[in-house]
Amino acid sequence: MLTVDQLRIKMGDFSLLGDFTITPGARVAVLGPSGAGKSTLLAAIAGFQPLDAGAILWDAQPMPKDPAARPISMVFQDNNLFPHLTVAQNVGLGLRPNLRLSDEDHTSVAQALTRVGLEGMGDRKPAQLSGGQIARVALARVLLRDRPVLLLDEPFGALGPALKAEMLALVRDLLNETGATLLMVSHDPEDARVLCDQVVLVADGVAHAPVATEEMFANPPEVMREYLGG
Amino acid sequence: MARRRVQISTTTILGVLALGVVVCLTLGTLIAVAMRAEGAGRLGPADWAAIRFTLWQAAASATLSILLAIPVARALARRSFPGRSVLITLLGAPFILPVIVAILGLIAVFGRTGLISQALGLFGIEPISVYGYHGVILAHVFFNLPLATRLILQGWLAIPSERFRLAASLGMGPSDIARTLERPMLREVVPGAFLVIFLICLTSFAVALALGGGPKATTVELAIYEAFRFDFDLARASLLALVQFALGAALALIALRVAMPSDMGAGLDRAVTRWDDRPALLVQDIAAITLATLFLLLPLGMVILDGLPRLLHLPQVVFGAALRSVIVALVSAALTLALSLPIAALAVRHNSRVVEALGYLTIAASPLVIGTGLFIITFPFVKPSDLALPITAIVNAALSLPFTLRALVPALAAVERDYGPLADGLGMTGLTRLRHLWLPRLRRPMGFALGLAAALSMGDLGVIALFADGDNATLPLQLFRLMAAYRMEDAAAAALLLLSLSLLLFWIFDKGGRVNADR
Repeated sequence: MLTVDQLRIKMGDFSLLGDFTITPGARVAVLGPSGAGKSTLLAAIAGFQPLDAGAILWDAQPMPKDPAARPISMVFQDNNLFPHLTVAQNVGLGLRPNLRLSDEDHTSVAQALTRVGLEGMGDRKPAQLSGGQIARVALARVLLRDRPVLLLDEPFGALGPALKAEMLALVRDLLNETGATLLMVSHDPEDARVLCDQVVLVADGVAHAPVATEEMFANPPEVMREYLGG
Repeated sequence: MARRRVQISTTTILGVLALGVVVCLTLGTLIAVAMRAEGAGRLGPADWAAIRFTLWQAAASATLSILLAIPVARALARRSFPGRSVLITLLGAPFILPVIVAILGLIAVFGRTGLISQALGLFGIEPISVYGYHGVILAHVFFNLPLATRLILQGWLAIPSERFRLAASLGMGPSDIARTLERPMLREVVPGAFLVIFLICLTSFAVALALGGGPKATTVELAIYEAFRFDFDLARASLLALVQFALGAALALIALRVAMPSDMGAGLDRAVTRWDDRPALLVQDIAAITLATLFLLLPLGMVILDGLPRLLHLPQVVFGAALRSVIVALVSAALTLALSLPIAALAVRHNSRVVEALGYLTIAASPLVIGTGLFIITFPFVKPSDLALPITAIVNAALSLPFTLRALVPALAAVERDYGPLADGLGMTGLTRLRHLWLPRLRRPMGFALGLAAALSMGDLGVIALFADGDNATLPLQLFRLMAAYRMEDAAAAALLLLSLSLLLFWIFDKGGRVNADR
């Protein structure tokens, strides 16, 4: 269980408060106007953003300081792959950060690549891949990392509609297999409808407690109405 | 948690260690010098003359370099012509050009038997001499005119092109544009450029050694050298070393208050489109560019022309010196990287301004001062000439730091900005991060840094002059000895060899960083 406990972050004029719990296996969309602090919330959970007060808890225990030691996989907006490493190496980092891969590890990497539809592409460099393929490599690594929480910080923002739908479907399948908890930042409310059963609304300096997606769109609060427009 | 803490402290420990080495080399040697200088008397009239000359020639060289650079930079800013980018690249070359090679080239053009004297001789005019204060200033202008041109050109190209369009639509002529756009820019750029060049001329020992000397053209550094080599008066050398450091430190303090320009900016490859052209301006620009090009290329051309015939017939001792120089350069380059990578990591991780401070410290410290200090520290225990080569490698590594750090720190900061969170999230720490993130992503700046450090060390004629005896000269020192013995043909061939090796070393490393580098 992921708990955002009395969180407070202040950076100049910007501030963000949050105090809520995410149930295990939940698929949560993080929505809100740009600049409200959606990415900051994810960075705080992942351990990249120092907190001014409060804590991020996992099963009621404070999370370790080291991002790598947290029960979390994260996919960023960009720079998810190291351009100087091959696809297989980029995925292999999910198993061994020092890249000393055993034969067994190599097999796992190949299987993960096959799972995301990139069979036989392990030797390529990221520069030879399309945007959709790059996202798939990042997801293959998430599979191998095998952490109970997946954070997606708008990783499909730059993809076209068809490709994005494909990726969301892949994420859903992976979540069905692993049972991981998802927090996904998006600026497209449609993503939330497609993939997520809950919504965390970030607006006016507050990350609100999650609300069921249907409820959120049936009875949007004032800030949500403004954000959705019309 | 534990791992991350370990990693931070490894970075910090290594960085602090590297910083410690540099501080020991600069301030530590200064302390040794200061303790030794206590027994010395006061500064004599010759010492005051050296101080006056040092400041005067630096001011004159900087002023002349900038005055001459302004028309050249203006011409380059507003003209596009074939070869423009080659010329701008060439303007960066004197930085890695061995000083003693350039001096030999300047003698071949401006010396008593040089091109100009010969031409004057046709009209029955007395030959000119390149030795003395005017030779020192000439050499300094040769080295710093290109630097000044690049710095001022950057200023020119930083004026937004819309301003020139606006000026054109308002019907401004050349003098109006100069008043409203160009002179304000120059007021911004020139003070910084002047200070940079002044600092360079303050600590350029080789030029003074080769062309200066005597009561009228002895710099403080040359006086240190003479106190050492001729009188073996360590106390006086130490006193003068303190003076030299004080001069450098005072200048560095002034520099801290002035915005210092950096010659690392890219984008000099386009000219500004202007609408105020006049035929007279075109003539003026052609003249400026032609004269500047001749001034820079003639001496080098003379080195090549004079050197080629005897290149293969050089005495064995020259090749031995060349081999020693290459080894020293390679060791020095490796040391530079071993020092600058931890310092860069420290600077990036802790977001500190330590790099800037270090830059000023190593600029203020003169190699001759460091050399004096190291001599005082080591000579009770070891024969100084045994240490000549290692000390040359170490001192040059330290002196290359400001330049290698300027290339490495922004590159490492960019790598950490782009890939740091990903690497943190995956737990890539310590050696893993070094091997799989830093080294592959930093290939280009590391290649450049290694090339720069190798070339600078290859051409250095500073500390080595204090320490070396007959058997362990480097190529620049051997070349200087050939010149001092008036064996000018051999000297020219040795100079060509030195020039080729320096450029080759730089080229190999720089190229090595580019080959197969993933963007």
